[in-house]
Amino acid sequence: MLESCSRIREGIVMTPALPSSTDRTSRTISTPLRPRRRGIVIGASSGIGAALARRLAREGYVLGLIARRDELLTALATDINSAAGEPLAYPYAHDVRVFHEVPELLRRIIADIGGLDLAVYVAGANLPPGPNRFDFSADRAMMEVNLLGAMAWLDPVASLFLSAHAGQIVGISSVAADRGRVGNPGYNASKSGLTTYLEALRNRLARHGVHVLTVKPGFVKTEQLKAALKVLFPISADAAADQIWRAMRGRKQLIYTPAWWRLVMFGVRNIPSVLFRRMSF
Amino acid sequence: MPSGPPLDFARLENFGHSLSSTAFVLRPTTVEEIRTALRTAADHGMTVTVRGAGRSYNDASLNSGQLVLDLSKLNRILEWDSSSGRLTCEPGVTLEQAWKQVEPDGWWPPVVSGTMRTTLGGCLAANIHGKNNFQRGPIGEHVTAFSALLADGTEVKCTPDDQPDLFFSMIGGFGLLGIFTSITLQMKPVASGLLTVDAWPSKNLEEHVHDLLEHAPHFDYIVGWVDTIAGGRGLGRGQIHAARYLPAEQDPSPEQSRRLDRQVLPDRLFAVFPKSLLHYFMQPFVNNLGWRAVNQAKYISALRHHSFRQSHAAFHFLLDYVPSWELSYGSGGLIQYQSFLPKDSAVRAWTEMLALSHKHRLPSYLGVTKRHRPDKFLLSHALDGFSLAMDFKVTHANRQPLARLLEDFDQIVLEAGGRFYFAKNSETSAATARRFLGEEALSQFRRLKLRCDPQGLLESDLYRRVFVS
Repeated sequence: MLESCSRIREGIVMTPALPSSTDRTSRTISTPLRPRRRGIVIGASSGIGAALARRLAREGYVLGLIARRDELLTALATDINSAAGEPLAYPYAHDVRVFHEVPELLRRIIADIGGLDLAVYVAGANLPPGPNRFDFSADRAMMEVNLLGAMAWLDPVASLFLSAHAGQIVGISSVAADRGRVGNPGYNASKSGLTTYLEALRNRLARHGVHVLTVKPGFVKTEQLKAALKVLFPISADAAADQIWRAMRGRKQLIYTPAWWRLVMFGVRNIPSVLFRRMSF
Repeated sequence: MPSGPPLDFARLENFGHSLSSTAFVLRPTTVEEIRTALRTAADHGMTVTVRGAGRSYNDASLNSGQLVLDLSKLNRILEWDSSSGRLTCEPGVTLEQAWKQVEPDGWWPPVVSGTMRTTLGGCLAANIHGKNNFQRGPIGEHVTAFSALLADGTEVKCTPDDQPDLFFSMIGGFGLLGIFTSITLQMKPVASGLLTVDAWPSKNLEEHVHDLLEHAPHFDYIVGWVDTIAGGRGLGRGQIHAARYLPAEQDPSPEQSRRLDRQVLPDRLFAVFPKSLLHYFMQPFVNNLGWRAVNQAKYISALRHHSFRQSHAAFHFLLDYVPSWELSYGSGGLIQYQSFLPKDSAVRAWTEMLALSHKHRLPSYLGVTKRHRPDKFLLSHALDGFSLAMDFKVTHANRQPLARLLEDFDQIVLEAGGRFYFAKNSETSAATARRFLGEEALSQFRRLKLRCDPQGLLESDLYRRVFVS
């Protein structure tokens, strides 16, 4: 982008260059006939986050992409921008566990991408402790990435959206939020905390015109899935991203992806404890 | 971010509700608060745009994701001298406040827009024109002095003779060179609160433009309505309204007619129906078929030559007649495309444009013409000729074809030697702007920008669209 800017500059001959923030900010201007929406994806470097970022860029969004892994993120942004033929994606390396960085980074991203209409929180960690083992440091890491990081980002976003009486928040929780199971207590707790947090955000913000979507993926072919014990009919991250985009457009409140997991989890939620505590599932 | 007055995050729109963007908004109430905001924005590497009433049809007062200073609360009238007719006020004072202040004393703003909700700061920033542009020029020609803050917070005072380069560029400079802090405007004496208005039809575009040209010198105001949907031999048919100030001797009681209660627009239709609801009932007609019928009816009723008396407010502020009329265009809103064409090429260019819009089935719903003369402001839109403003409904389906149509329009206008107005057209590209402004005016603007704002603090979406990208 910087290159193309300076190329345009050189085209204006014999006149001093105009001072402009466009060296550092989005040149993708909205006009009534070419409207643009602006969004951030936190946890964009791989899996559902990356697939959703590609999808949103295809829909014309200007995106701030946030993730810990700088190289993957930069590659994704380059990929998106060359596919679009214009600078749509702006990468920001950030570890969601460094909570104090968020307010200033968020303000900078909003200035860079030219506003904020959407925030998607996808960042997640799944660190199973193994059968009959307990690992506080892993539990703590999952709470920090899955829940506290979400709060660190979505609290200030919610405050902005409330003030603007507009905006859309998407949180990627998990089917693991629905029950505490034998496999990974820390993961269940963090995702169930996230689901409840998103529900509360929805109830706070709906009356101010802000939409909150909770997504509960079942098995989606991502890096996280390696950690899952059993794999039943997984779908691709792109398919999940499609379903999430449709739910965003339809302003749904809660979706399972793939959708049939709603039925499975209805069953799981209703297994009485007397049985559930004896199951290895 | 700035301490002091509360910082808001808001979704701001253009006048036509066809464009929105989110930004941080600050509402300063003193000049010192503007200064603080400028400093803090510079510290944070953010850019700043000024916004008044938000009545521009495009992105002139939007600054996506960055800082917008809403000056509508900086709205004190500082001085009114009813003997000399000079009004000094803060930039957030609206035309409504201004005319209500001066009319009872026998004065009227020299130039007004079609709505009285605009702020004087915005009027100067856009250098607005009225239906008397051919007689009185833009509002800038009636400004005797102004003060403005430069990006670094220093205040400059300008008059047409003192710092003329800044005077003739900041007026019409869309807040990109400085921020007005006080404005002194010379009002025009009016004996009566009434105008005599003549209305007559024009059979086609050629006759319409001919009438504007021939009749304008005999009137104080002239404005035309063009049926932008009718085709064939009636292409460009319409109606002309021309008005003169009523001389004192013809007004039995000028003091009565100047009273504010005689000027106020009625808020009910037929004294019963609240006009605030009217836009809901207009909505079903705002489509190609419905509006063709509306225009047909309007043209038939325009066929009668007639003359009547009207208050200043009623004649000028047509856009305030139906409150929130913009909402009748539905969720996509509307845009306005206004082209300024030289006397000799106007008919040819507009005939081509109207035919093209009919061919693509993208008719404009409202066409308004005016007579203009050139002025010496740096980023002027005016020329010796005419303007035609066309309103288009924006829908999800018509965005792309409409964008292509307007690109074709731009070429037609440029080839005919026409100009554009930065408060109206929303799609004008940097290349188009460069062609009509000319390299000389642009270089001068760049030099002034570097002098007044070397760090590039004062920016808007408009600036990034037409001056940078």
